[in-house]
Amino acid sequence: MGLFIAQILTGLANAGALFMVASGLSLIFGVTRVVNFAHGSFYMLGAYVGYSLMQALPGVAGFWGAILLAGLIVGVIGVIVEICVLRPVYRAPELFQLVATFGVILVIQDLTLMIWGPQDLLGPRAPGLKGIIRIMGEPVPQYDIALIAITPFVAIGLWYLITRTRVGTLVRAATQDREMVGALGVNQSWLFTGVFFLGCALAGLGGALQLPKGGADLLMDFSILGAVFVVVVIGGMGSLPGAYLAAVIISILNVFGVTYAPQSTLVLMFVVMVVVLMIRPFGLLGKEEVAGEHGQTGEPERPIKPAGPRIRLLVTTLLVILALLPLYSGNFAVVLVTDIMIFCLFAASLHFMLGQGGLVSFGHAAFFGGGAYAAALLVTYASTPMELALVLAPVSAGLAAIVIGWVCLRSTGVYFAMLTLAFGQLLWSLAFQWGDVTGGDDGLVNIWPSAWASDNTVYYYLAFTLCVGGILLLRQAAHAPFGYALRAARDSTRQAEATGINTKRVQWVAFTFAGTMAGLAGGLFVFSKGSIFPNELETARSFDALIVVFLGGVKTLSGGWVGGAFFEGAKDYLTRFEYWRLTLGLLIIFVVILGPEGIVGSLRKAGERIGLLKTPEDAT
Amino acid sequence: MTRTTLFATLAGAVALGLTGLSAAAQSGEPIKVGEINHYKRLAAFAEPYKKGIELALEEINAEGGVMGRPLEFIFRDDQGDPGEAIKIAEELMTSEGTVMITGSILSNVGLAISSVAAEKGWVYLAAEPLADALTWSQGNPWTFRLRTSTYMQAAMLAEQAAKTDAVKYATIAPNYAYGKDAVAAFKEVLTKLKPEVEFVGEQWPALFKIDAGAEVQALERSKPDAIYNVTFGPDLAKFVREGTTRGLFEGRTVYGLLSGEPEYLEPLADEAPEGWVVTGYPWYDFTDKDGANKPFVDAYQARYKESPKLGSLVGYMTAETVAAAIEKAGSTESDAIRMAFEGLNVSTPVGEITFREIDNQATMGAFVGKTMLKDGAGVMTDWTYLNGADYLPSDEEVSKLRPAE
Repeated sequence: MGLFIAQILTGLANAGALFMVASGLSLIFGVTRVVNFAHGSFYMLGAYVGYSLMQALPGVAGFWGAILLAGLIVGVIGVIVEICVLRPVYRAPELFQLVATFGVILVIQDLTLMIWGPQDLLGPRAPGLKGIIRIMGEPVPQYDIALIAITPFVAIGLWYLITRTRVGTLVRAATQDREMVGALGVNQSWLFTGVFFLGCALAGLGGALQLPKGGADLLMDFSILGAVFVVVVIGGMGSLPGAYLAAVIISILNVFGVTYAPQSTLVLMFVVMVVVLMIRPFGLLGKEEVAGEHGQTGEPERPIKPAGPRIRLLVTTLLVILALLPLYSGNFAVVLVTDIMIFCLFAASLHFMLGQGGLVSFGHAAFFGGGAYAAALLVTYASTPMELALVLAPVSAGLAAIVIGWVCLRSTGVYFAMLTLAFGQLLWSLAFQWGDVTGGDDGLVNIWPSAWASDNTVYYYLAFTLCVGGILLLRQAAHAPFGYALRAARDSTRQAEATGINTKRVQWVAFTFAGTMAGLAGGLFVFSKGSIFPNELETARSFDALIVVFLGGVKTLSGGWVGGAFFEGAKDYLTRFEYWRLTLGLLIIFVVILGPEGIVGSLRKAGERIGLLKTPEDAT
Repeated sequence: MTRTTLFATLAGAVALGLTGLSAAAQSGEPIKVGEINHYKRLAAFAEPYKKGIELALEEINAEGGVMGRPLEFIFRDDQGDPGEAIKIAEELMTSEGTVMITGSILSNVGLAISSVAAEKGWVYLAAEPLADALTWSQGNPWTFRLRTSTYMQAAMLAEQAAKTDAVKYATIAPNYAYGKDAVAAFKEVLTKLKPEVEFVGEQWPALFKIDAGAEVQALERSKPDAIYNVTFGPDLAKFVREGTTRGLFEGRTVYGLLSGEPEYLEPLADEAPEGWVVTGYPWYDFTDKDGANKPFVDAYQARYKESPKLGSLVGYMTAETVAAAIEKAGSTESDAIRMAFEGLNVSTPVGEITFREIDNQATMGAFVGKTMLKDGAGVMTDWTYLNGADYLPSDEEVSKLRPAE
């Protein structure tokens, strides 16, 4: 019994920092609709800033003062980021801002490394709270008790702020209908900035508060991100009590998981999330998203039409240049372009689902890595020849997409995205943990192409044919009646249903089609590398694809592969330099601010302005 | 000597003085070696390693280089991504003109490079990755491993553990291949040495996401006599703090794999645990009796004004090994270098090591000792250097582990 209570207390203490970070993310999302990927970075900054302040400020007052100050300072950094990076892109398509926040992550990572150095920092202990107290004989650290006591105060303070003050009323109003709030004369941009300050300050506070239980290291930004997203989603996006409840549930379940199922540590919270979302599609205390809330901001999307002669000429020239590449360039260029083409097919498959179907997936790597693993397993255990494995990889990924799509499409919007994330994570942990079959994180190696294709140039042509073919097929599908039905379902479910389109089924087919194509890319990937590791299934891989789709331009047909080529090319070049993350981050932010419609969208605009391309008005 | 050559020599000497190289190493094109690592993702480990390499290169080139040519490393960042590492390997070997590849800390990246090296016929010296698979189950003729493997280090600790009365053991290891290998090897060797031991609890926190309070409670619940720890980095710091606070380590011996390495011990400062039996690197204790250890530490501190980590030593030995292999091969052809690696002897700060012909594993050993606090920092005491050759399975077992060549 004593142990049981002690375990619950441990869970409650862990919930503290988690709740603060999650409530910040939830607030920011609720009001600004920005999915702030950089939230983990603010948490990390809170830890580092708090650490430095604690070194400077002595004593009990210094310790607690340092924590508060860390929160304030991180809040101010958040404000700077909001004003410089996010303000210019609020008008961009839904979720575009997450690309900008991705750039912020990279910048903060390198700056933190520059300022604090690579060594892990051990957090100082809380003065006066270094010991333990015994509860029914079980030791419980005093600082845990302090955390358990502090968290409800923060939670109640937030609750008071949101429900009982004028600022809170405005924030809630903005959560429900920000245009109306603007129309009533409230300065929206300052409201956004204020919320960003509060959200980031909470993340910083969380980071500083956990110092006595750990410390500051350069990997903590990503290691908390998954848990935070899960908490926000289980609680219901935008709901503070929900975030608290979810943080407590996740933390306590985790403690019991550690004790009674030690191997479950990787997947437990994602399983919980899938179960909760199956039962309550909008989280425990979340409200159903208001219809129209996901309506696109900015310019309405143009109807798609076949490419004009100039674009066709351009693309043909490009293809000829690519096809002749091995004749005029070295071996490495061939290898690099093979990599880039495979990534482009992967990105294009996500782009199809996202651009044409409006289905934002955070877990598309499940199909890329899934296809790759299918091929690798077939080669390893059934000695399947490459040719057959390359057929079965997309088939397996497609089958997985049928199942995963069936579950995920029960939800919509951000909840759909989070379900795909959860499945991606589940597949990842399957590959990671099922060492006897998948080799765990030691992966599967020695999966090389058949003898005829083992030469880099031959493999290049194989990849060229399949990737270009795949991308053209995706494009063709967008122009087919199926593509029209898919866009109808995206733009107005009700109208589409009224015209007799089974929107869910159309989306399900699109999800499967995109998964299949990603699986093809995965199959090509594994034979080009000769090995596969679980990191190809990681959420980071899904985000890579997501970033390039937005970077290329969601509301265009070619955004996926153009963004992919740009991103991979830039990355290959920049990683040769010492502070490449900083440079790449700044480059991404720069592109985002300069061209909120993505690379293709902005180029198209520019082309129209100087008269190279016809505007839609001319065409009609 | 004509006037022009005199001038050229003088100019050359000035230029060399500037770059810190001696004239002897300047005849001929540099021999390039490709070094792929996670310089950003694991900066705390990769930076000392890189410094170790650079120190060795300066010394090697000052003494005339390799085959009369300067030795040069090309450092590339792979972001800790195996696919990226393979692409870089391809670039280094086919367009940068490197003669072989070294690098990686993460085992999965090491395995990826090893696989591509075997396919393309490139020599790969896996300096840091610890996975046993690299030289055993996934071993291949082109891959050589320098550092003491997981199995060897676990076997050293198991030998220490077998000497005590402890019977009930609990383990805690990060939930991935390295952690699993480390626990399996410890169990295997300890059970062999002392059949009556019992493993009463196994904890598997996710790497770098440990819930330390809960793990400590779970370990306490299994009431072990001793604990075997494989966690490292930020996980170790959290585990030590919670464990100390909650009294988990009282009256129990803890065996800590790698826990004595400065990379992990230093960040713990005055909270470093006392009395743990660990593998590590006690650079602060070396005297003139310890052979080449002390000169290396002194040179390193003089060069960088900071203390060496274990990674510094491994980096230094990597460059020394590469130089010795190429010198022995007398050629920069991949095949010649590979042949030279078989049975290669290298004299290093920790003594002479041999790359075994049977499994391409070097016989580098490890320092095993007890932790204690000294002047507010954790150090190893009562340490000995154990030769790696004594902690490998018999040749018969090894040849069963390794695929036929």
